[in-house]
Amino acid sequence: MTTGMTVRDKLGWGAVAILGAGALAVVATSRGENINALWIVTAAVCTYIIAYRFYAKFIATRVLGIDPSRPTPAVLRADGLDYVATDRRVLFGHHFAAIAGAGPLVGPVLAAQMGYLPGTLWILAGVVLAGAVQDFLVLFISMRRDGRSLGELVRMEMGAVPGTIALVGAFAIMVIILAVLALIVVRALAESPWGLFTVTATIPLALLMGCYTRWLRPGRIGEVSVIGLIGLFAAIILGGQVAASSWAPFFTLTPVQLCFALIGYGAVAALLPVWLLLAPRDYLSTFLKIGAIVALALGIAIMAPPLKMPALTPFIHGGGPVWSGTLFPFLFITIACGAVSGFHALIASGTTPKLIASEGDAPLIGYGAMLAESFVAIMALVGASILDPGLYFAMNSPAAIVGTDPASAAAAVTAMGFPIDAAMLAQTARDVGEHTVISRTGGAPTLAVAMAEIFSHVVGGPAMKAFWYHFAILFEALFILTAVDAGTRAGRFMLQDLMGLVSPRFRDSDAWAPGLIATFLCVGAWGFFLYQGVTDPLGGVNTLWPLFGISNQMLAAVALVLSTVVLFRMKRERYAWVTALPAAWLVACTGTAGFQKLFHPDPAIGFLAHARKFGDALAEGRVLAPAKSLDQMARVVMNDRIDAALCALFLAVVTAILVYGIRACLHARRLSMPSVSETPAVAA
Amino acid sequence: MTLLALIAETARSMVGMPSYTAYRQHMATHHPDAAPMDEVAFFRDRQQARYGGKGGGRCC
Repeated sequence: MTTGMTVRDKLGWGAVAILGAGALAVVATSRGENINALWIVTAAVCTYIIAYRFYAKFIATRVLGIDPSRPTPAVLRADGLDYVATDRRVLFGHHFAAIAGAGPLVGPVLAAQMGYLPGTLWILAGVVLAGAVQDFLVLFISMRRDGRSLGELVRMEMGAVPGTIALVGAFAIMVIILAVLALIVVRALAESPWGLFTVTATIPLALLMGCYTRWLRPGRIGEVSVIGLIGLFAAIILGGQVAASSWAPFFTLTPVQLCFALIGYGAVAALLPVWLLLAPRDYLSTFLKIGAIVALALGIAIMAPPLKMPALTPFIHGGGPVWSGTLFPFLFITIACGAVSGFHALIASGTTPKLIASEGDAPLIGYGAMLAESFVAIMALVGASILDPGLYFAMNSPAAIVGTDPASAAAAVTAMGFPIDAAMLAQTARDVGEHTVISRTGGAPTLAVAMAEIFSHVVGGPAMKAFWYHFAILFEALFILTAVDAGTRAGRFMLQDLMGLVSPRFRDSDAWAPGLIATFLCVGAWGFFLYQGVTDPLGGVNTLWPLFGISNQMLAAVALVLSTVVLFRMKRERYAWVTALPAAWLVACTGTAGFQKLFHPDPAIGFLAHARKFGDALAEGRVLAPAKSLDQMARVVMNDRIDAALCALFLAVVTAILVYGIRACLHARRLSMPSVSETPAVAA
Repeated sequence: MTLLALIAETARSMVGMPSYTAYRQHMATHHPDAAPMDEVAFFRDRQQARYGGKGGGRCC
């Protein structure tokens, strides 16, 4: 790979490598004293630069044989609409905006319960060797096949049965993602009049914007977005006044009330015309998201905060309050987005491959954009780690462990080994303009406190903390709600496709009845898991986030198995390790995690053990805390069994795809010629 | 492309709105006989395609 490198090049790249290795060494070996966040940032950036320059290039030239002269779908099928050869910088933005959502912000915050070191190492190793590889490979495979979607690609290269299995898996992951995202919103907005008012205000604001772009000034996205952003800031300021006024009770909802409000919102929003609510909301949330990410990067660089979280906590051996289980396998499913995210396989086989102008752009878009997302995850991890660990655990532990008032939380968290006093917890809540910060699980509020810390350091000082906190909550809630809305629509089409396999009438996406039924089924499915999570005394994140992680990594394993099959069918099997090794790692992680979630004897980890514990008590007529009645006991048992069934489904999907994948590889190896079904490389 | 134009086009692309200029160019070179959509029709068509159809996926 050193062909064509001058001495100056070698010196330059050598310097980047040494700087990165040095920074990583500081991060990995510091114990006992607070290291500066910039060490992690430096280590990450150097890792990304080296990986992009050498590994992405190796994959492009040696493994895949990228051919910049070969016409892409955007050239071959150019139509000015879906297939448009797009400037690589523009396309990078398009792709990055599509892949980076709440996932890379939440997972690392939750993972911080084991200290900053395990998360940092997994994010960096995972993205370089697995996540970015997956995104790049799927983009490449789709690009060589007219920009087809993941399900179609699996069908083409592996057969109809695995194709359908992949579709079922993709639908299940969609349901879990929507439920867990909605749960994060519920946890962030429950009992928070300021937050809820601000987020609610975005609905009329979006409707107004929708009408503006429909009738007043069609197509003026920039204009309407500026109006919207001004409205957003006004809503944040107004929210503070509402929360302090007699209106506050109207915007103070319990988690269960919020849960039903969200389910209703999801059903209605998914049926409205897209220009009215979804599109304008998407403009706001996309631009706010990009702006907040850039601002966070600048803020961290300017503030250069020290990390207060230790490198490792005792919870690496299990028993942590935020999520259950030991470092392996659960860290590797807790941080999915940012390290490796199977959901990206759907994006990389969506609009992006139809817009790519040249095969030569594929490494930048496929590999590069994922590195950028990984950087977002690193910033989230830094955010969680600059907070006092006592505050972190008070915010992220379920109420069943820390109680609901500062005194009980301070006592519980201090007993965990992270000393903090009650006054500091109460002061933090006052600083950010909330009644309480205790047991605000789900990651979003923690990140919001950290962002308030960083932003107020740069702009406005302590007086602005409450504003920045609600800005951060708004930014997270806004794009989660957009994802819920868009995801419900996407899930509806997936479901219609799947039901169409049974009864072709369901495929008709213009008839209203199938669409309505599929929409309600989809909302019902994620609504069920949301309700289960909201009423779960352990906070729900504990149950749903591992399911989300397992499903997301399962989809990544499917995508990497597909990539391996394609390498075999291209007769490039000597490079198959590039995808086979990360696929094997993900199968090992999801397999172990799924198995433990099912069969682990500890009720805190295994669904079936938990069901047995509650089922036995129920049979004896005893009520176990935190259930309050026999009815609730029965519901706990049923929830456990459904979660277990879902877990078993994920395991079955990944096993089936693995078996089909190995068969396809062996078959391809026996052939003497390449057997891929690429679009022929003809000149346009 | 000037920097400002690049930023504007990237921002529009982030919300799934392709370039109208590129569309008109494509129509002029490949389908000179067909009447192209005007800018408003193009905007509505693309909006529907991004959010109403199957391509509405984005990540968690």
